[in-house]
Amino acid sequence: MKFMMLVIPKGYEQAKPGTLPDPKMVENMMKYNESLQKAGVLLALDGLHPPSMGARVSFSGGKPRVTDGPFAEAKEVLGGYWMIQVKSKAEAVEWASRAPMSDNEIIEIRQVQDFSDFPPETQKHLGDFKDKQSPPRK
Amino acid sequence: MAAPDPRPAIDAVWRMESAGLIAGLTRMVRDVGLAEDLAQDALVAALERWPVSGIPEHPGAWLMATAKHRAIDWLRRDRLLDRKHQELGARLEAGASEAQDPEEGEIGDNLLRLMFMTCHPVLPAEGRVALTLRLLGGLTTDEIARAFLVPEATVAQRIVRAKKTLAEEKVPFEVPRGAELNARLSSVLEVLYLIFNEGYAATSGDDWVRPALCEDALRLGRVLSELAPQEPEVQGLVSLMELQASRLGARIGPSGEPILLLDQNRSRWDHLLIRRGLAALERAARLGGRGPYVLQASIAACHARAKAAAETDWPRIVALYDDLAERLPTPVVELNRAVAVSMAAGPAAGLELVDRLVTEPSLRNYPLLPSVRADFLKKLGRTDEAREEFRRAALLTRNARERELLLSRAAACGREGPPDPGSEG
Repeated sequence: MKFMMLVIPKGYEQAKPGTLPDPKMVENMMKYNESLQKAGVLLALDGLHPPSMGARVSFSGGKPRVTDGPFAEAKEVLGGYWMIQVKSKAEAVEWASRAPMSDNEIIEIRQVQDFSDFPPETQKHLGDFKDKQSPPRK
Repeated sequence: MAAPDPRPAIDAVWRMESAGLIAGLTRMVRDVGLAEDLAQDALVAALERWPVSGIPEHPGAWLMATAKHRAIDWLRRDRLLDRKHQELGARLEAGASEAQDPEEGEIGDNLLRLMFMTCHPVLPAEGRVALTLRLLGGLTTDEIARAFLVPEATVAQRIVRAKKTLAEEKVPFEVPRGAELNARLSSVLEVLYLIFNEGYAATSGDDWVRPALCEDALRLGRVLSELAPQEPEVQGLVSLMELQASRLGARIGPSGEPILLLDQNRSRWDHLLIRRGLAALERAARLGGRGPYVLQASIAACHARAKAAAETDWPRIVALYDDLAERLPTPVVELNRAVAVSMAAGPAAGLELVDRLVTEPSLRNYPLLPSVRADFLKKLGRTDEAREEFRRAALLTRNARERELLLSRAAACGREGPPDPGSEG
């Protein structure tokens, strides 16, 4: 089973452009990342720049509207994710519990959807879409 | 505090900690059988205590401390007369109160020491494989027996003997270094790939695949690749497993029936795993690897890169199988080579190779031999012979799903009766 562990860092919604985690935080994170990798459960991970460097495209009346970050209304924003492969949600929870987070920070655990989760008709559409994505070739 | 069912959380902790726990205990008591018993005792204690007390902050350390106390009890009860065991008891008592988690690196080292111990050359090959599957892979004796096409009692005996030999020979609990490391890795790799294959094409039971077993093997493979990043064959095996695992979801149909490689919906392949597999293969190539696992991963990569079955580079696959057959001249490799040859040069060429394997004793009960032969015969229009071979394969397989597939392919060869005059040859 694949899970995404989504990181919601405290105060990141207000972080200035170019804000990076402090070196101590990076060090702790690297240790944790290593523990995931050494346990053979880590598939992928990424960190995200703050919302002040991003934009939101919202939709209303069939029209997109662009708002540059930061977003005044946002209370919780993503700071990054881990994709892990484990036996159960309980195991993902246990891994998340061991992450080096500060008070009031959140890790949200979400299972990755599998092809077989969808009814056959939807699977067909998913298949049609994915068929158009070329796998890496040499 | 609200109390949800604690069992899944305890299971999760056990899943994360047990192998390292057994490895850590083996390091102390120098006996894998005893270590396994002590770890189990600690789990029983956790199942009694944690639902009431909650899961401790450092569950791994809790389990280890509990197991150490059991070990001390055990030593007091049975072994305290012996000076060596007195020393062990003192060492355990000194360490039993440690509450902090052991270092991440130390857990990994102990796991690998355990892998190398259960794969030690002092054991016969079958003993290494059986013991490692049991202690690190968690397979039952029966599953190991089916994977190896030998009776269950034989495997049980191998495990007992292997444990006894390890104790008698006082096999050191250590990660080998230098040239010895490389020499002993191949045995570890063989074991991991066997676990993977049992999940990828279950030899018995009602499920065609057991993805969990593949994930177990991949997990151990990824762990190993962290320890031996410079070893091309480790990267090769990890690549092979990632690439094959990428097809797991596409290997079964809506009602659990097997779907063969060339019939699979390639959009269902897991592209994240394909990318990981190709990356591992590139690491192996940078290290100059051309060993059996790197070659098999290269073959798997040919399939992964083909957008459609018809675009498969069969001549390249044949060339890779030629290399593989040179380094690993086994009947099973030869059988797979025959399939590649048939795709590149036609079913008659494949049949010629397979017919040479018919008298091979080690393939006598191997369902893939008659099913491959049947496939060639069918393509050649020899449907009566093909039907017979599909049926023979169906009798040999112990996997219910595979049997259904083989019987339906036999039925697709038409009814028994006088051969179609135009189909011979």
